[in-house]
Amino acid sequence: MNLHADIAGSAYRGKTASIGFAHGPFVRVDAAVDCGRTVGAPNDEETALRAALVSAGRQIAALASAAGGEAALILEFQVALLDDEDFLAPIFAKIRAGTPADAAWTSALDEQIADYNSAPDEYLRARSSDLTDLRGRVMRTLHGGRSQAVEIPRGAVVCADDLPPSQFLEIDWSRGGGLALVRGSPTSHVAMLARARGIAMVVQLGAVSDSAKTALLDGEAATLELDPTAEQVGNFERRHEIHRKSRAAARAILRRPAASWDGEKIRLLVNIQRVEDLNHSDAQYADGIGLMRTEFLLTEQAGLADEETQRLAYDTVLIWARGRPVTIRTFDAGGDKPVPGFTCDNEANPFLGVRGLRLCLARPDIFTVQLRALARAATRGNLKVMFPMVTTPEELEAGRELFADVVGRLRAEGIPAALPELGIMVEVPAAALTIEQFAASFFSIGSNDLAQYVTACDRSNGALAKLLDPLHPAVLELIGRTAQFGKRAGVNVSLCGDMAGDPRCIPALLSCGVRELSVNPSALAQVKQTIDGLSRGGGRD
Amino acid sequence: MSETSEANGQVITGTVRLIHAVGMHARPAVKLTKLAKKFRAQISIRASDAADWINAKSVAKVMALRAARDSIIEIKASGEDAEAAVAALVDLVAADFPEAGQ
Repeated sequence: MNLHADIAGSAYRGKTASIGFAHGPFVRVDAAVDCGRTVGAPNDEETALRAALVSAGRQIAALASAAGGEAALILEFQVALLDDEDFLAPIFAKIRAGTPADAAWTSALDEQIADYNSAPDEYLRARSSDLTDLRGRVMRTLHGGRSQAVEIPRGAVVCADDLPPSQFLEIDWSRGGGLALVRGSPTSHVAMLARARGIAMVVQLGAVSDSAKTALLDGEAATLELDPTAEQVGNFERRHEIHRKSRAAARAILRRPAASWDGEKIRLLVNIQRVEDLNHSDAQYADGIGLMRTEFLLTEQAGLADEETQRLAYDTVLIWARGRPVTIRTFDAGGDKPVPGFTCDNEANPFLGVRGLRLCLARPDIFTVQLRALARAATRGNLKVMFPMVTTPEELEAGRELFADVVGRLRAEGIPAALPELGIMVEVPAAALTIEQFAASFFSIGSNDLAQYVTACDRSNGALAKLLDPLHPAVLELIGRTAQFGKRAGVNVSLCGDMAGDPRCIPALLSCGVRELSVNPSALAQVKQTIDGLSRGGGRD
Repeated sequence: MSETSEANGQVITGTVRLIHAVGMHARPAVKLTKLAKKFRAQISIRASDAADWINAKSVAKVMALRAARDSIIEIKASGEDAEAAVAALVDLVAADFPEAGQ
């Protein structure tokens, strides 16, 4: 998308694939032009392709061993394909029937690529670029050419339609640089490689000019600016500097392996209010999403978001999480979150009113839409769903029944659906005191509401701020009970309230037995640092 | 437990649920085929009652299964080490494709 064509340098906006900043020469890399080769007899063609496959295999193996880690794992898929007789047999059969080696190879790969591109699953679609990569490498080898002739200076902003992983690995990124893709996907293997190296990468930029000398690529804002003016450069540098400062302290901590305390791993997850919160540069370091609020879907301009809009939001988050757990909380309206047309008006005491799951069960017309979207998203990743404001086990079971019913109906319609793991928020004291009666797959302690109900202090009333102490022994007692029960029963317990992000509260939470905290992305670094300090300083005896 | 001669013509089967979060994607498929190739037995798999059995040693075919999370994977094998092959593959899927610990 062209942002402002009226200024001297042209600017484009895409989607963030990897956060970073690059200012350097602009290099456009595109598929090499096909230079003809002489076709031999079927026998020679078969030998030529065999040789090209062996040579391509060696090149990929060399790249994999040089890069190691994640990159090696990614390239394994290509190596495995080169070694797959079932896959290769029809290609060789075609060659023996008279098709030239290059045509037989490309048509087989094209077929696979088209197949992956039409997959409903973004992960599978992203794999097509691995196949494009392999197709190109074998073709180049077959044509006797060494790889890519384009010279890419260090620190360049490389622009391509799409860039396959092995080509990414052939570029020297030691001086930084960035990758700007016209198409591409944030879930591609290249995006994973770019994130692992901290290389700025923006995808889906749309048509980008071919000719420019220099470029600014801002992975955070997802912008590409070509032949920038001095003013654009100045703004870019300022954004970069702000980013650098805020990251400097956090980065060192975040990059370390998971925090641990008392020899046990402490899992740190993030809370998000809306999908865009994942753009926070620290979110990627979380062990998952501990709380995705969904109230934003109730207050879209057009009112309640429809099933497809909701499913898309859940899906996007699941894809971002790449297999890490994602806990989505069903609508928690009411209390201090009134929603016109949904919540009850004129409640004398909305905090003690029809809110959370109570309201959802009373309004199946609205709740069912959300459950349908969640049931569909559940087939696509590691989804867990939790109900807020649960008082009795019967409410959980009523929610489960409704959910199971929705799954059954979706399947009857031929729509893939699954019942995800179901858990509850522990925020009503009655629930915390009878925790062993809930057949939940996990518990998430909502310490803000729990503290307000235990201390009988309205948390929106500033005059009570002092009295509303989350470290009150009664609050800690209920948190401890829940954590201990979870430990005994093998049920996962996490805490997602403000306490989790408050360094003053963390020692108490760990002492209570809480081993999983979910905080806002911006608090992640601080929390990790706090836990690190506690474990080193002997925060326990 | 059966003698080679007995096991030879025999088909060993096993089923296991795919718990991998994103289903049978590139890495699980590579691991599965790599492990299958360590056995001499002929090994086929299919997902969730699909009509066709496919060769468990072909990464392209295994990827083409498009097996989603929670699908039931059926494995059958014949040949001298069929029993060990099925057991190993069931373990691999059941343990959610752990990183090789050698």
